[in-house]
Amino acid sequence: MSSVWSQKDRVAPIVEVRGLSIGFAGANGGKPIVTDFDLTVSPGECVALVGESGSGKSITARSLLNLAGEGARTAAHPFEIMGRDARSFGEADWRKLRGTVTGLVMQDALVSLDPLRTIGQEVAEVISSHRILTDPGAIRDRTLETLGKVGIPNPADRALQYAHQLSGGLRQRALIASAIAADPDLIIADEPTTSLDVTVQAQVLQVLAERIREGAGLLLISHDLAVVAGIADRVIVMRNGRVVDSGPTRDVLTHPRHPYTRQLIAAVPSGQSRGSRLASARFEPGAVDTTALAIVREPLPQRQAAGAVVLEVEGIAKSFTAPKAVGRTKSVVLQDISFDVRAGEVVGIVGESGSGKSTCAKIVLGLLPPDEGEVRLLGEPWSSVAEAGRRRLRRKLQYIPQDALSSFDPRYRVKDIVAENLPGSGSRGARRERIVSLLDLVGLNADYLDRLPRSLSGGQRQRVSIARALAAEPSIIVCDEPVSALDICIQAQVLDLLAELQSRLGTALLFISHDLGVIEHLCDRVLVFQNGRIVEQGATEDVLGRPQHAYTKSLLASVPDIQRGLRADVAAA
Amino acid sequence: MTAPSHRAFDTAVPLDVPEDLAGFETPHPSATIGGPRRVRLGLILSGVFVAFLIAASIAPSLFTHFDPLVGDFSEGLKPPGWAHLFGTDRLGRDVFARTVFGTRYSLLIGFGGVAVGLGAGIVLGIIAGQRNRILDEAVSRLFDMLSSFPGVLLAMLIVTFLGQGMLNIAIAVGIAGIPKFGRVVRAQTQLIRDADYVTQAAIYGLSRWQVFIRHVLPNVLVAIPIIATVYIGSTILIVSGLSFLGLGPQPPTPEWGVMLAESRDVLRVAWWPGVFPGLAITATVIAFSVIGNHLQQRFEGRLA
Repeated sequence: MSSVWSQKDRVAPIVEVRGLSIGFAGANGGKPIVTDFDLTVSPGECVALVGESGSGKSITARSLLNLAGEGARTAAHPFEIMGRDARSFGEADWRKLRGTVTGLVMQDALVSLDPLRTIGQEVAEVISSHRILTDPGAIRDRTLETLGKVGIPNPADRALQYAHQLSGGLRQRALIASAIAADPDLIIADEPTTSLDVTVQAQVLQVLAERIREGAGLLLISHDLAVVAGIADRVIVMRNGRVVDSGPTRDVLTHPRHPYTRQLIAAVPSGQSRGSRLASARFEPGAVDTTALAIVREPLPQRQAAGAVVLEVEGIAKSFTAPKAVGRTKSVVLQDISFDVRAGEVVGIVGESGSGKSTCAKIVLGLLPPDEGEVRLLGEPWSSVAEAGRRRLRRKLQYIPQDALSSFDPRYRVKDIVAENLPGSGSRGARRERIVSLLDLVGLNADYLDRLPRSLSGGQRQRVSIARALAAEPSIIVCDEPVSALDICIQAQVLDLLAELQSRLGTALLFISHDLGVIEHLCDRVLVFQNGRIVEQGATEDVLGRPQHAYTKSLLASVPDIQRGLRADVAAA
Repeated sequence: MTAPSHRAFDTAVPLDVPEDLAGFETPHPSATIGGPRRVRLGLILSGVFVAFLIAASIAPSLFTHFDPLVGDFSEGLKPPGWAHLFGTDRLGRDVFARTVFGTRYSLLIGFGGVAVGLGAGIVLGIIAGQRNRILDEAVSRLFDMLSSFPGVLLAMLIVTFLGQGMLNIAIAVGIAGIPKFGRVVRAQTQLIRDADYVTQAAIYGLSRWQVFIRHVLPNVLVAIPIIATVYIGSTILIVSGLSFLGLGPQPPTPEWGVMLAESRDVLRVAWWPGVFPGLAITATVIAFSVIGNHLQQRFEGRLA
């Protein structure tokens, strides 16, 4: 089929949009959600759209496919796709355009791929429905070729599998395969690596970079500046539906003009930010002209020295037996895990999904008995006694979960949530005072007492969750990915809060995270988990600064980093 | 059990404004598409009708000055008109008065039946929803057994054992309703038993019993009024059916099912003694169903 769509124009931009505004009738008081947005993507170029959740980046990208949502009102002048005026497009034109000119890759491959079809069928559909090829044999060849192109090993076997049978990384690659099967000129990738482990993320980014080298345009939507640094030619920073900063990646990331962009860059936790407040970061005046970023941060209060051992984990192991239907296979989740945590210490656990971090947390919390080994809390037996025997010590061991909202009883107000964990009885007035002082401690105030957690923002919910943990006056708090669901600026505020309270109160933290930057920023010691074993442990600077184990090295190498990303760009050029 | 949708509401935080001030929710665009909410006429009518039903069952004499039990033979089988709004039956009793006074029986037995079914259903459902596989199997098979009989048949069987009368008929329809309520409560219990906030409560050091009373039970029970409203209509229908068969209140009680049964002999010459109580049953069932379905839709997904 020869239409204007299949003609590749190497010079003219694929997309050119000026003054784009998107609104919904009745929503946002009739005001548009996105205003005055300009975008040009040329062949072989990657443009990144950066911003926090709610900034309008996804809806902007979707409007390029006319998929902004039911009732969306878009306006722009010009709005050209492959040199044609998109404002005159009917639904049939848009349909023709999706897949052939623009391919969309979304964040969650499991829900984006049809559960009733194999990934081969999924990719073949794109090829056959656009009548790019009609011969079944040719479609098959093209399907396998596409699956191979995105780095799926044994495409002929994998093509017969369903999305749920694949790992997260392969699934995401299959989704990319279906987006590029019809060889689109523009790939729109909406947070394509957000739910992936760092090593898999690196592989997926590699696949996308390969497409750019072959001449496709890429519009990459991300909240992660480090990911963007390594791949994007130009960056557009969005906030509240407006562009606040844009330009070549190097300029934006090394000479950020807008304070918001500076804040975004400075709020990223890393080894450099250790011992200082992330949210306090400022750029040194005059330092803007140098190539390296000079960020000035306020220091955190002095840390207390590590004290007596609070938590001892000795040789714990855990395995699960799969149900009969799956063949009763035994899988070992944890093996020979030993470590201890001292008073006033922050110990990090880092590892990819499936490495056993969360199972370890559950055993430490006494929610799951270990198969072997023992956990001791404050020198007393913990994992080996019955729940009734543990109850007395429960207050000393608290928990901050990733998803604060689901850990709150939906009927409870903020005051009830905190009050439930307050020890002793005391008078009503005294309890209320104590609750208010706890809320003060986490940066909230008495106005929040009667709020329902649903009506709070993500950062505020996590603050309530911290206040709840502190209410029990614990010796140690287990934090399971407490900031990984938060936007970067809010993450900075919550991390600052945790670090400050930790140094003031001397509470030990067992901090689980997949984010090496967060671990490096916060932890004194770190344990690296792989396949249920601790492969390396020690002081954070040693383990992450001079890694000994091959796995730690590969983990570190996969973490995107703004500086390294920019350097690699120079090397490639 | 995570609720990823909630965290998407994090609003952008201005640089110089503390996070507290930015803590409002941004509504999802699709929530506001479609303009102003449609006025639901059916819902309003149903609400008004149910209000009248409740008023009629508390103070029926407000609506009519006729005695439902005493008639004037000379006035027998008068068609609907100004003197008798719904006409009179064979014994000259005012059909409107009998219909109004009958509301009390239908609602009382209907609510009573639902209460019996709910009470037993909640207890059994919670037992089945615990982590004990044997108890779950036993209770669930009991539900299967009960629901394998058609509701009317099962209630008839039970009334045959217990004997006639209002209380017995309420118990009978209640037992027939146990599996409906029990299954919902079981599912709800299983859902909440595994919720993150229940795990969190265990970390506080609450005992299993405290966790159950404070967190599991109240969150299971929030769904109950909605389920109850949905089933009241069908319970009233079964009650009327049983009364029609002579298993409920006995003549001359002005119960709707009884009135239907009495009207059978004269239906050939006079339609009104049967049609009006029949309409009353139909309208009551529809009104409760409309309200119940509305509640269910409105609160769906917010209860878990």
